[in-house]
Amino acid sequence: MADAEKLALNAAPNGAPIIEVRDLHKRFGSLEVLKGIELEVRPSEVVCIIGPSGSGKSTLLRSMAFLEEYEDGEVLIEGRLLGYRQTPSGRRRDTDRNIDAVRNCIGMVFQQFNLWPHKTTLSNVTEALRVVQKMDRASAEKRAMENLEKVGMRSKAHEYPGQLSGGQQQRVAIARALAKQPRIMFFDEPTSALDPELVGEVLNVMQTLAKEGMTMVIVTHEMGFAARVADRVIFMDQGVVVEQGAPADLFETPRSNRLRQFLETWNERSSGDG
Amino acid sequence: MLAEGAVFTASLSLCAIVLGVFFGLLLCFGLMSKNKSLRFASKVYRSVWRGTPLLVQLLIIFYFLPHAGINLPPLGAAVIALTMNTAAFQAEIYRGGLMTIPNGQIEAARMLGISTFAIRKNILTPQMFRVVLPSLINETISILKNSSLISVIGVTELLRTSQQIVATTYRPFEVYILAALAYLAMTISLAAIGRYFERRLGKGQRAAHVL
Repeated sequence: MADAEKLALNAAPNGAPIIEVRDLHKRFGSLEVLKGIELEVRPSEVVCIIGPSGSGKSTLLRSMAFLEEYEDGEVLIEGRLLGYRQTPSGRRRDTDRNIDAVRNCIGMVFQQFNLWPHKTTLSNVTEALRVVQKMDRASAEKRAMENLEKVGMRSKAHEYPGQLSGGQQQRVAIARALAKQPRIMFFDEPTSALDPELVGEVLNVMQTLAKEGMTMVIVTHEMGFAARVADRVIFMDQGVVVEQGAPADLFETPRSNRLRQFLETWNERSSGDG
Repeated sequence: MLAEGAVFTASLSLCAIVLGVFFGLLLCFGLMSKNKSLRFASKVYRSVWRGTPLLVQLLIIFYFLPHAGINLPPLGAAVIALTMNTAAFQAEIYRGGLMTIPNGQIEAARMLGISTFAIRKNILTPQMFRVVLPSLINETISILKNSSLISVIGVTELLRTSQQIVATTYRPFEVYILAALAYLAMTISLAAIGRYFERRLGKGQRAAHVL
C-alpha cells in the first residue's frame, strides 16, 4: 500500500463509524446471551473484544456478521442495516442476496479455520473470486497468489489443508478472506485452536494488517496482542459490555471488579505456564 | 443369450443409478431445505418409496402408466421404478454424508458471498461423494440385484432370459447357477470399481482406518 493511502486511512479514525451496533439482543432459547450491546467502530480502528468464556463475545461478533440472527437492535455496516429490511408491517429478515450485499465489505476468520479440505490452498482462495466475482482463472490466481504471498503461504499454494499445520491453515484462511478485498476484517478467536508455538505466526500477519490500516474486530484471549495492537479493548461479561477503552487504561487501571478479577485469573494462568 | 441378458441387466441398472444420483441429490437438498413445504413433500416421497417393496412399486407403475394415458414399454416402467426407488435411498445416503461436513465450512463460504447453489455444487457435493462412496456402491449393488424383479413385467433382463432358456432346455439347475454367477461377477466388478475410486479420492486425504 502506498504511503499516501496509508496516511489517508490512518487519518480516518475520527470519521463516521464504519460499524454501528445499537441495543443488540440475542437469545438462545430462554437464555439471553447479548443484553443490549452498543458499539461503534471507526475506519482503520482495531478493536479487541475480551472476556471470560460464555460472556457472549463470539456471539456478538457472529451477530455483527449475521451468522447469528439477532432478535432486537441493529447492526449497521457502512450505514446499512444488516440482516433485516423495514416493511410497513414491521421489520422482516432480509433476502440472502441483500445480506450478502451489505456484508460484502467484511472478511471473516474463524477459530477452526474452516478451509475446504478437498481444495488446494490456491483454490480455497480463488473459489469466491471465481464464482462470486466471476474473475477469469488467470486473474483469480494472480490475486490469490498475491494474498498468499502476504501471509507467507505462497510456497504451499498447491498443497491441501490437511497437509498444513494449524498456523499455516489459519494464514491461508486469512488470505482467503483478504482476497475479496474487504474493508473490515472480523477475527473470531483466530488463535484459540492453535498449538502455542504456532500462535505467533498468525498474530504477526494480523499485526501487519492492522498497521496497513485495516479495520479489525478481534475476539481474542491473547492479552499481549490486544495490549500491543488494539486501539480499543472491550471487556464483556454475561452479555454486556462492562468496560472499554485504550488498552493501557484498561489493563493497568481496570475500574470494574469483574475486569480486575478476569485479569488476575489470566495473569496467574500465564505466569503458571512459565 | 444369457450374456445378452446380463448386458441388459447391467445397462438398465446403470441407467437407474445414474438417474438416481441426480434425483437423489435433488431429493436430499429438498429434505434439508429451509422451505417447509418442500421439506415436507420430500419427506413424504422418501418415506413412501423407502417404505414399500420395490416389486409392488414396479407393478403399480407398470399398470398405472397406461391408465394415465402414458404408453411406455415395460422397459420404461422398469427404469422409472428403479430410479424412483433408488433416489429415495440415495437421498438418505447423501444426507448422512452431508451431516459429516462441519457447518463452519458453510459459514466461511457464506461470508465470502458464495450462493447456496454454488456452496452445494462446489463445496458440499464433492466432499460428500467421498464420504458416501462405500454406501453408494452398496446401493448400486442392491439395485443391480433387485433389477431381477423386473422379470415379472416381461423385460428380458438376465433372470427373464434365464427363465426362457430353462423353458426350452429343462435344465434349471445349470442355467440358474450360471445366472447367479453372472450377477456375482457384476457385483464383484462394481465393488472393485468402488475400491479403485475410494483409493483415488482418498489420496492424501485420510489414512485407512485399520484397528
